[in-house]
Amino acid sequence: MDETRRDFLLKTGKFIVLSAAAAGAWEAVVHGQPDRVPEAYRLLDHWWAFTIDIDKCIGCGNCVYACKKENDVPLEPQFSRTWVERYHVNPDDMEHPEVDSPDGGYFGFPEKYAGQDGKNFFVPKMCNHCATSPCVQVCPVGATFESPDGVVLVDKSYCLGCRYCVQACPYGCRFIDPRTSTVDKCTLCYHRITKGLTTACCEVCPTGARQLGDLKNPNDPIHAFLRDHKVQILKPQMATGAKCYYNGLDGSVR
Amino acid sequence: MRHFFEHKEHLVRMAVLFVVGILAFVVFREIMVPAGFGEYGHFRAGALDDVRAHPVKYAGQATCVQCHTDIAEQRAQGKHAHIGCEACHGPLATHAEGKSDEVPTKPDPRATCLRCHTQNVTKPKTFPQIVPAEHSAEGPCTACHQAHSPSLS
Repeated sequence: MDETRRDFLLKTGKFIVLSAAAAGAWEAVVHGQPDRVPEAYRLLDHWWAFTIDIDKCIGCGNCVYACKKENDVPLEPQFSRTWVERYHVNPDDMEHPEVDSPDGGYFGFPEKYAGQDGKNFFVPKMCNHCATSPCVQVCPVGATFESPDGVVLVDKSYCLGCRYCVQACPYGCRFIDPRTSTVDKCTLCYHRITKGLTTACCEVCPTGARQLGDLKNPNDPIHAFLRDHKVQILKPQMATGAKCYYNGLDGSVR
Repeated sequence: MRHFFEHKEHLVRMAVLFVVGILAFVVFREIMVPAGFGEYGHFRAGALDDVRAHPVKYAGQATCVQCHTDIAEQRAQGKHAHIGCEACHGPLATHAEGKSDEVPTKPDPRATCLRCHTQNVTKPKTFPQIVPAEHSAEGPCTACHQAHSPSLS
C-alpha cells in the first residue's frame, strides 16, 4: 500500500470541497443568476401571526375598506373578513359594555358617546388564525385547514357550504359568500404575504395599529412587540391557539 | 386439519370476495380523493396555490416610492411619514404594473382628511383631532395643509 493516510485525507478533502463547489455552480446554472430569480416561497420558513394595538386604532375603517377591495368581499356589512367594533364601557356596569359596529366600520364611526361617562375604544377584529382551530376541527370534508405556515385557509372548490365552521368559530370570523354558497374568511392576504407584501389592511392602516408578523423570522419586529408590550389574545380560555395578539385589550372585550 | 380443507371452496369464495372488495375500495378512493390531498395535512395541497392565485390590488408602499421619489421624500419630513400611499389614494396595483392607462384620481382633499381627523371621543387622546365646523367650516384642508407633510404650508 503506497498511499499514505495524508494522501488519502488530502484527496478526500479536495473531493468534498470541489463537489460542493460544483453542486453550487450547477445550482446557479439551473436557476440562472441568483439576484434575478425571486426567492421561492418556502412554506416551512414562516409562521404567520398578527398584532393589533388597541391604543393606536382610530376607527377610520381603512382596513375594512381595503380588505373588501383587495379580496372582492361583498359590500353588505354582514360579509366582512375584518371589521372594527366600538366599545363603550359604562363605569356603573363594567361587565356589560355597549358594542356597535355600523357597517363593520366601513364608513368610520359617527360620534356617539361624547360627554358620557365611561371609557371608549375601538377593537379591530379578524380571523385569529388559530394554531388549533375549532373551525378546522369541525370541517367534515377537509375544506378548511391550517396551512403549514400558520394560516387558516379554505379550499373553495371543496367546501360544501355546510356552515359547521361558521358556528364553530368563537370569534365570528366566517360567513357564507352569497355568490358561491361556500364559506369565506380572512386569508391573511395569503396571495400577498407569500409574495413579500404585507396584508391589505396593514398596508392602509394609518397609525400602524395592525401589523403582520412572521414568528419564524428572527429579525421580524413582532418579537420586539411581543416582548415590550403586555399582550393578550381573544378568549384564551377556549385554547384555540389564536395568533392575533392584542395590546391594550380591555377585559370587557368578548 | 383435513377437516379444515374439506370446505376450502367456501374459503376461496370468501377470499375472492374480500379481494374484490378491497380492489373496489382502492379504485373508488383513487377516484374520489383529489390529487395532492394529504401532502401537507388533511387538505388538498393545490388549495394553497388556488388562494395564492388571487390578484393583488394594493401595490404596496415599496412599489409606489420606486417612481414617486419626490413625494416619498416630502412625506418622510412630516407626520404622515409612516402612512402607506394607498391608504388615501386607494388600490393602484394596475397603475403600478402599467397595465391600464387610467390616471389615478386625487383623493377628496377634505373627506379623506376628515376620515381620520374628525374628533371622536372613542379615538385615542393622543391622536390629532379637529371639530370640522370649528376648525374650518368648508373648503379643502389642502388650502392650508400639505397633504403629504401636513404642517402648515
